[in-house]
Amino acid sequence: MADKFDEATQRELTNFLEQEQAKSRLQASVHKFTEQCWNKCITGSVSTRFSRGEESCLVNCVDRFLDTSLFIVKKLDEQRGALPS
Amino acid sequence: MSDFLKGGLSSAPSASVDMAAKKQAIMDQVKNEIAMANAQELINVGNDRCYDKCITKPSTSLSSSDETCLSRCMERYMEAFNIVSRTYIARVTRERQNATGSSAEFL
Repeated sequence: MADKFDEATQRELTNFLEQEQAKSRLQASVHKFTEQCWNKCITGSVSTRFSRGEESCLVNCVDRFLDTSLFIVKKLDEQRGALPS
Repeated sequence: MSDFLKGGLSSAPSASVDMAAKKQAIMDQVKNEIAMANAQELINVGNDRCYDKCITKPSTSLSSSDETCLSRCMERYMEAFNIVSRTYIARVTRERQNATGSSAEFL
């Protein structure tokens, strides 16, 4: 590793790594939701395919979690706004 | 003139091809390791969840119905991962288009 990358290549690699890190964060969230929603939605025994209910539960589980997170942020924001500064 | 140009250019490419190859090797390795870590995470958690679901009373060996349950469960866990992934990415894309700022928070 004697010769170093030129500046353009270094910049390209930095961008690449940042993108991969962003993708990894997204993947980590997907892993977390999968486990959480599996626990919530797949309560019976597993069969060769998901039932309609199980599948829509998984979809709703993700969307409602994100709604929850937005809701809480909004609420806290309102409370902070109501405080006399 | 054209010979001179050719000669002048030919030394640079071999160095930059070398550089490009190294860069590509680094990128490939990073991508591979991330894919590997992802697969491991999926298998580990699927293992836990499916053990809980399928092996409720551990006996002296895995029965064939245990094995059937385990392989179905792993298949379903991966399917669940794909459903969740699709839903999450669709939502993030939608939020980004709808509004700027606060709603991209959960990325």
